[in-house]
Amino acid sequence: MKIMIKLSLCIWAAVILSGCERPPIATVQTGFRGTAMEQIYNPRTLVQQASLNQAPVAPDAASAEGPKASQIYQNVQVLGDLSAGQFGRHMVSITQWIAPDQGCAYCHNVQNFAEDSKYTKVVARRMIQMTQKINQDWKSHVAETGVTCYTCHRGNNIPTQVWTAPKDRLYANSLLGDLAGQNMATKAAGLTSLPSDPFTPYLMNALPIRVNSDTAMTGAGAYANRASTKQAEHTYSLMVHMSGSLGVNCTYCHNTRNFQSWEESRPQRVTAWYGIRMARELNNDYLTPLTDTFPAHRLGPKGDVAKVNCSTCHQGAFKPLYGAAMAKDFPELQVLAKP
Amino acid sequence: MSQYQNLFTSVQPVGPLHDGVDLPRGNDQRLGKPFLVHLLGRIGNAQIGPVYLGTLGLASLLFGIAAFNIIGFNMLASVDWNPIQLIRQLFWLALEPPPPAYGLSFPPLAQGGWWLIVGFMLTVSILLWWTRTYRRARQLGLGTHVAWAYAAAIWLYLVCGFFRPIMMGSWSEAVPFGIFPHLDWVSALSLRYGNLFYNPFHALSIVFLYGSVLLFAMHGATILAVTRYGGEREIEQIVDRGTASERAGLFWRWTMGFNATMESIHRWAWWFAVLCPLVGGVGILLTGTVVDNWYLWSVKHHVVPSYPLVSPTVLDPAIMGVKP
Repeated sequence: MKIMIKLSLCIWAAVILSGCERPPIATVQTGFRGTAMEQIYNPRTLVQQASLNQAPVAPDAASAEGPKASQIYQNVQVLGDLSAGQFGRHMVSITQWIAPDQGCAYCHNVQNFAEDSKYTKVVARRMIQMTQKINQDWKSHVAETGVTCYTCHRGNNIPTQVWTAPKDRLYANSLLGDLAGQNMATKAAGLTSLPSDPFTPYLMNALPIRVNSDTAMTGAGAYANRASTKQAEHTYSLMVHMSGSLGVNCTYCHNTRNFQSWEESRPQRVTAWYGIRMARELNNDYLTPLTDTFPAHRLGPKGDVAKVNCSTCHQGAFKPLYGAAMAKDFPELQVLAKP
Repeated sequence: MSQYQNLFTSVQPVGPLHDGVDLPRGNDQRLGKPFLVHLLGRIGNAQIGPVYLGTLGLASLLFGIAAFNIIGFNMLASVDWNPIQLIRQLFWLALEPPPPAYGLSFPPLAQGGWWLIVGFMLTVSILLWWTRTYRRARQLGLGTHVAWAYAAAIWLYLVCGFFRPIMMGSWSEAVPFGIFPHLDWVSALSLRYGNLFYNPFHALSIVFLYGSVLLFAMHGATILAVTRYGGEREIEQIVDRGTASERAGLFWRWTMGFNATMESIHRWAWWFAVLCPLVGGVGILLTGTVVDNWYLWSVKHHVVPSYPLVSPTVLDPAIMGVKP
């Protein structure tokens, strides 16, 4: 009897402890003392993270001399201003970034490279334009670091961290069991029971993210803040996603005693604000219009195209690839090509 | 020789099984033959039964079981009737109140209708059980202290799920029935209303919560420490103060400067416990109905310290007219 009790106590202790993260824990203070403005890291997992977020070495720059790609090749719509050497360098790089196993044939008909018969080539062209757009017009978010195809793809045909609208459960129209879009253990909501799709409302549509009042007392009529607690749960879910994507605490951007205050926030919050607008624009202007280009098996359960959120680029790092300035080696991705 | 005075029970005295005092006329018969469970005797009384259910108890159980089952079947349906997923995701699943669009109207069953039905049944069950608690105490010739303490908890339950949603004009403001979902609701409520830690009633509630814990620990420790002098006979020592009471009182006068009596310590504990949900309920009831942002409310009343800003000036990009 005594042994059984001791054994069960040991098992319970093991179960409870297994939910904990093994130390050490490093704390980095980021604000005034006593305000709990700090970041918490585990150096052990950070080492792991760092090895997963290395930028590849860029090939040597090619000569800009000689005839243009558009003069030598046919159907070069976006990168036609490059020299043949630069164009070849870009094609080699993009193969390494996106289809290292399949090679050129992943996008091209190897009998006729100019042909647009493969959907992947059409998508790739649009994605190059998207990358140029980000580097040219979204410096508010990517600054001078910029992005390349690799920032998201990391050697995969499709970036590992993308989102599609979640599929309905089997008996979605029955009388029982409405989940109200939440209350499932999902990675999107960081394993909380918060709404599992914070992306459609905020990174596709532009529903209001802010729920706090800027007055102490409840207003009436036109002065009332109608944001509901359920709305706050949606905002909370988006913030959990951002925190998880960047591998940071709430206090990376906010002073948590007063989440809404910009004055007490860190400047990173402004960058994040632009990031939300950037993801929204990319999803609406670049990805959703490609829905018909993709074959059905590349689409989500509801027939929507795979879209970007914060983790698509960040992948657990506060800056993608920990801020490696990879884009500077690819000037052709810096400026939107002339149509 | 074994002694009955340790942190862990080392002796388990077992007397003859008994049915307890006679009940007044008109009461139902007690159900079942009493029996002993040794393991339960290690933490409490080893005797189980007999059970008095009565009309109120039976009615309360029926309503409670109905509510429990409706919640359970909604959870089971939400994982497409897969029992393994029900167990796996049990802590995440919930029966949600209606979406905000329905206000206080009765929504379709699948969109919070079940939540309203369950809320009604659970409330009826709880109120019937309260009545039972009150009546059982009276029938046994006791005071009704337990019933009123239970009522304090019911007040907080009703504020969260009934009074406040009605004052807000929307059932969606109420608490979902689920383990993690109700906890996430608490966080979301705090985030929406500008940080509940700045709600003074929340602060008071925490004082009484931790205070109850502290008092319970102090009282339990004191009585255990004086059991060798017969201190566990607390009620007798109220009127016939023995050496146990005197030593316990003296100890607290020396260490705290002031002491309770064998009688007053229980009033302290009762009021601390009862005030925890009472003031907490007041705080929740004011949230969103009167005060919309507790942080700003605290700023207004000069209870928020200001700290030097470490970061350079950060401005809201939305009001700067900057093109993204």
